[in-house]
Amino acid sequence: MKTEPLKIAEHTFQSRLFLGTGKFGSNQLMHDAVVASGSELVTVALRRVRLQEQEDEVVSHLQIPGVNLLPNTSGVRTAKEAVLAAQLAREALQTNLLKLEIHPDPRYLLPDPIETLAATEILAREGFIILPYINADPVLCKRLEDAGAAAVMPLGAPIGTNQGLQTRAMLEIIIEQSTVPVVVDAGIGAPSQAAEAMEMGADAVLVNTAIAVAGDPVVMAEAFKMATLSGRMAYEARLGNVSKAAEASSPLTAFLGQE
Amino acid sequence: MTFLDTFECHSWEGMAERINSKQAADVERALNRHGKRDLDDFCALISPVAVPYLEQMAQLSYKLTRKRFGNTTQLYIPMYLSNECHNICTYCGFSVHNKLERRTLNQQQIMQEVAAIKSHGFEHLLLVTGEANRTVGVEYLEQALEWVRPYFSSLSMEVQSLDQADYERLIKKGLNSVLLYQETYHRNNYKQYHPKGKKGNFEYRLETPDRLGRAGIHRIGLGTLLGLEDWRTDAGFIALHLGYLERQYWQTKYSISLPRLRPAAGVQSPNVEVTDRDFVQLICAYRIYSENVEISLSTRECPEFRDHLLKLGITSMSAGSKTEPGGYSIEEEALEQFEISDERSAEEVAAMIRRQGFEPVWKDWDSVLG
Repeated sequence: MKTEPLKIAEHTFQSRLFLGTGKFGSNQLMHDAVVASGSELVTVALRRVRLQEQEDEVVSHLQIPGVNLLPNTSGVRTAKEAVLAAQLAREALQTNLLKLEIHPDPRYLLPDPIETLAATEILAREGFIILPYINADPVLCKRLEDAGAAAVMPLGAPIGTNQGLQTRAMLEIIIEQSTVPVVVDAGIGAPSQAAEAMEMGADAVLVNTAIAVAGDPVVMAEAFKMATLSGRMAYEARLGNVSKAAEASSPLTAFLGQE
Repeated sequence: MTFLDTFECHSWEGMAERINSKQAADVERALNRHGKRDLDDFCALISPVAVPYLEQMAQLSYKLTRKRFGNTTQLYIPMYLSNECHNICTYCGFSVHNKLERRTLNQQQIMQEVAAIKSHGFEHLLLVTGEANRTVGVEYLEQALEWVRPYFSSLSMEVQSLDQADYERLIKKGLNSVLLYQETYHRNNYKQYHPKGKKGNFEYRLETPDRLGRAGIHRIGLGTLLGLEDWRTDAGFIALHLGYLERQYWQTKYSISLPRLRPAAGVQSPNVEVTDRDFVQLICAYRIYSENVEISLSTRECPEFRDHLLKLGITSMSAGSKTEPGGYSIEEEALEQFEISDERSAEEVAAMIRRQGFEPVWKDWDSVLG
């Protein structure tokens, strides 16, 4: 079953499930989960890669046909550090794609909106395809679009918490207003939540913890693949309206009589 | 304002009482709480009445650690730069009156050590010295950081307590994290363990994490030396300190170490026994109190015990360690700071981690990250 492909800058993706690659019990398991997920875009933390070496263990396990790497800047605290990290990532991994994440708070890893906007402005001028990780803030999303972000990645809940779409009301506004793809990142803890985000009209979801620390990460990756696809299909097929009661007759306009 | 102000609102006896007066119901409340546990929850979890709940605590600690840190364990290695020391610390092998060959590594020796360490794949390095300001002062440390910086992605340091300006200088040279253990929060007895040398200044040491936080360091390591004073009370103060620091210096990461007093040349044996069961209770309690704190484990502990602890809340481990300067590449042996219990090679420890279903992570930082 095919759904509409997703376009981010010049890249086209059939799968709308993006994967994070941290926290796996082994690199082989990470590889197998990526394959099972059908994902075509996987993040890789610059901090995990041995940049000076020819062959990095994490990167070599992600050399999978059809899978693009999305380097992230996890660990930076300022726009200045992010720009430096982005340039290194581009050089080391040979890609313009960049997940911009600036979280000076090392506990909840919540993104800094001010630094993120500043870095987006600089990096867009340098030709990066920027996917910024941000709080679910609709105004910030519009500002990032203006600054040249190729997509926005608002969080559903604090990263790693598996709490689902806690920011639902804001996500709905972001999806309604956005002219660039909206990728719901962080907090998605179960396939049903991925489906929920897709049904809402999110363009893609990014999942890591829920797959990496599942009892069986490979099976869970496949479950997320199906849920993401099913959510997207439902969105494209146009869901019916939700109502609490059966449709009543029209008590206010009945007096007009039948046409 | 520093932590000293907070600290002075608490007494050693008061903290001990706060812990020892906890009831089983307090432990159950702490275990079942949704969201962040507070200091009283922590006191309940380290109290004697929590002992029957150890398995439950371990399971919760396991779950929380996996959720936050995944199925991984980071590896690091210490490099002793010098065993010169002007302090008397009654528990330490480097103590000034101990007759041992003193050595401070020069550039050539440091580079030899770097080569030996790099051959095992390490990216996270911990530099260690005694406290001898003339030979291993800030200039020396700055120089050493400059020499090793190109070869490692993360540099930590366990050296004497310094001023904020000194930390700022070292951070500019690539220092990412500083481990500085209070040893004990028992203010009156602290002096007894540190009768001579700059380390005897309890307050200066207590305020060190504040100076580090203000200097903008990425990570601060806290710890007390297990075996000096009542471990439960000391842990209560660590939790208090951690809670204070997390609010005050919110951009800094924190780690906790649990050095348990080991035999060393010419030093006292432990005052207080900390059993394996106590040790496990402590790790689990720290994890349940703070889901985000890193907990690191050295080779002071024996292999079998370390293998079991891997699943209980630990996030990083040293491996293949030597605790004498030049230990990795220079054959003649100077006396070591303490005896290593886990003498397995880094490769053997990594294989053990894999056998338990975890990925050994050698690199989780980069020099570009400041």
